[in-house]
Amino acid sequence: MKHVFQKLALLAMAVSITLSAQATTPEEDLAAFRNFFKNRFPDVPMEEYTNGVYAIDPIGRENWEAIEEFPPYEPFIDEGQAMWENPFANGKSYQDCFPEGPAMESQFPYWDKQQGMVITLPLAINQCREANGEKPLKYKKGPINNILSYIAFESRGQTTNVEIPTEDPKALAAYESGKKFYYTRRGQLNFSCATCHLQNAGMRIRSDILSPALGHTTHWPVYRSKWGTVGTLHRRFSGCNKQVRAKPFKAQGEEYRNLEYFLTYMNNGLPLNGPGARK
Amino acid sequence: MFEKSKKWIELSGACMLVTGILISTASIAADSSAIAEGKEIAFDRKKGNCLACHMIPGGNLPGNIAPPLIAMQSRYPNKADLRKQIWDPTVKNPETSMPPFGKYEILTQQELDKLVEFIWSL
Repeated sequence: MKHVFQKLALLAMAVSITLSAQATTPEEDLAAFRNFFKNRFPDVPMEEYTNGVYAIDPIGRENWEAIEEFPPYEPFIDEGQAMWENPFANGKSYQDCFPEGPAMESQFPYWDKQQGMVITLPLAINQCREANGEKPLKYKKGPINNILSYIAFESRGQTTNVEIPTEDPKALAAYESGKKFYYTRRGQLNFSCATCHLQNAGMRIRSDILSPALGHTTHWPVYRSKWGTVGTLHRRFSGCNKQVRAKPFKAQGEEYRNLEYFLTYMNNGLPLNGPGARK
Repeated sequence: MFEKSKKWIELSGACMLVTGILISTASIAADSSAIAEGKEIAFDRKKGNCLACHMIPGGNLPGNIAPPLIAMQSRYPNKADLRKQIWDPTVKNPETSMPPFGKYEILTQQELDKLVEFIWSL
């Protein structure tokens, strides 16, 4: 009797250890993410999600297509091209920092082992500027949106392809940190990103349709009618946090960079189509 | 002697009836003002903002995230249960999309009381 009992106890222990060791991999997370939306919106083809909320909002889509005939972000692309082509005071240019640019959106964000952090495109732009004696640009409003618009436009058609290098466990840790942020409730209103953009994607809050998380990173920077200008992804993160009455984090700080890393990975496979125009 | 006490009983009975009617009229008036104020709180975007998710009679362009607020007294026969739900909806449903209006002090206690009067009347 005692032997049987001991065997059962060992079995129970083995089972529980196996179960707890089975944390999901990023690949499994991505498959689950896509499946969630496939089940929620069975008639929407995967590539359509690159259009964000307009993949699931036919009336909004009509308005959007009308706006896209005279895209409000066009002047920003032109300004951005001028920025790209004008050399810095020291004679060097963005092209020297980014030989493969300006069509380089799909290279970001990436895990930089040497710097030990997630590098986003806006961060890389400022690192380039500072390395060449130029002042860094602000990360939410202003001229960063010009150069980002140009880079996004030139990169249209590239495929989202974020990698999480296995040789550096800190990369996976950054991904997991971003994932945790995404699913954690915050603010006086007690919402997580997932509450609106997974759980309630496609539902209406007043008369606005909540956009699906799939497609959220493909079209930045964005001309938002509400802003009356082009703004960055981290500006939107900040706004979303404020909307749930949570204290926003710093643009291009660790939290939002890790969040971008996770969220962009969840958008892997989707075509890039920035800059975008939204409500 | 008997006649006098009979009259006294009738008179005090009439007084009590009138007082009773006055008191209940007063509390009905208080209830209806609480309901009116509760409605304002429900429709105020910075307070209840209930229309964000709930269809409510008298409200325009409601969201559809949550059940419509109708037949409330059959859904919550006990008004205190409704107050608890608005206070902290995560108790009944940890996956809820509804903010904890009381627990996180989105509304004051008095605002919550008035809001409950309104919602329970739907």
